[in-house]
Amino acid sequence: MNVLESASSNSNAIYPLEMEVNGERRWLWVRAAETLLHTLRDHLGLTGCKPGCENGDCGACTVILKGLPMKSCLMLAVEADGQRITTIEGLKHSPVQEQFVRKQAFQCGYCTSGFIMNGHGLLSAHPDADPETIRLWLESNICRCTSYEEIHGAIMAALAANKEGGPATGSS
Amino acid sequence: MIPFDFEYYRPSSVKEAADVYQALQAQGKQPMYWSGGTEIITMARLNEDRPGAVVDLKAIPECNVMEYRENDLIIGGCVTLSAITGSNLFPLLGRAARGVADQTSRNKITLGGNLCGRIYYREAVLPLLVADSRLVIAGKGGVREAAIHEVFRGQIRLEPGEFLLQAVTDRDFVSLPSVHVKKRQIGNVGYPLVTLVAVKKGSRIRAAFSGVCGFPFRSASIEQVLNTPGLSAEERARQAAGRLPAPPLTNTEGTADYRLFLFKQTVKDAIHALEGR
Repeated sequence: MNVLESASSNSNAIYPLEMEVNGERRWLWVRAAETLLHTLRDHLGLTGCKPGCENGDCGACTVILKGLPMKSCLMLAVEADGQRITTIEGLKHSPVQEQFVRKQAFQCGYCTSGFIMNGHGLLSAHPDADPETIRLWLESNICRCTSYEEIHGAIMAALAANKEGGPATGSS
Repeated sequence: MIPFDFEYYRPSSVKEAADVYQALQAQGKQPMYWSGGTEIITMARLNEDRPGAVVDLKAIPECNVMEYRENDLIIGGCVTLSAITGSNLFPLLGRAARGVADQTSRNKITLGGNLCGRIYYREAVLPLLVADSRLVIAGKGGVREAAIHEVFRGQIRLEPGEFLLQAVTDRDFVSLPSVHVKKRQIGNVGYPLVTLVAVKKGSRIRAAFSGVCGFPFRSASIEQVLNTPGLSAEERARQAAGRLPAPPLTNTEGTADYRLFLFKQTVKDAIHALEGR
């Protein structure tokens, strides 16, 4: 059925969705109006991406899509059809995670997974990021406990460690 | 969470998009075109937009181009703001795009969405206004090209069922001496009190603004005073402030008086930067 034919027949607004999430292929049916955030949490049990503002402001729901950080509250699940997604559950001892622990870059922890995914995206896309690029990227997330100094330190340390040798790995 | 349902369509050609939109419109589904979709999600959460269907344009190849063809730089409506900045094909547009929202959000916000959205700052249009860009518009009648000044007057003015396919900019404008300044209430993320984009073409300054009034604008009257010989930069800025196309905004970002103060300061600084004084 082509798009025009389906426009004449589709009225249930439920769509099939196929994604690769943390290295696993997943098939499910979703409402078109459902954001990727709620699909990941409610259908796939991946509760590491956090609902914060659900308005694109706080970044707590950040995941990696097409190699870039993406706020999953600003994306419909149906837009992710055929895409490869990494959530915090897909990282294991990644350089940014290691540095967050080492630098104690969190207090309550609610924003942590979003910051780590953003930092992981930065490390992958810009392993030689300059201070301006780091500043720009970190502005995408908010920490209400104001752990910004420690978070910045953790990202800087992960970038430095990456330059010294270890590749930015750790995702499944 | 969006508290209502809508249908979702992802056409792969311009004609298919226009046809499906028209079919949905005829069924009374109040469709909306979808590019990045960030503003629609935001508005839908608040029940301020309630489309019965959305038509996602991202699978249409023409909406995703970003390249030179002969003397024209063509940027598709679905190209993200971060991609525009990252490409550096149009540095002034890249700087203006980098002022919108935050880096991660710009991975989703698109040029078309920024120009066609309801949130009235629409800062990515400013470089296109000073560059006299053309907009390629698609709809049930096919594809047409129009001067940006015909189609964008404060906001985009499209016929029902039309959508923004591409922005086309003459190569000569892309590398002109330019200034981009965004003044916010606080910090580096947020809506503008004043955003100024200006270029110097030959000996003349062109300027466009967002945040000052309730819509982005480029004004012939303001450019006339900006290019009046014999006046100091301060005097030109003062006279420009008297030629705004509408009263300055007062909102949570700042008062009209504060905006006027910043407007004059920003214009004066831009004149100095472009005239090398």
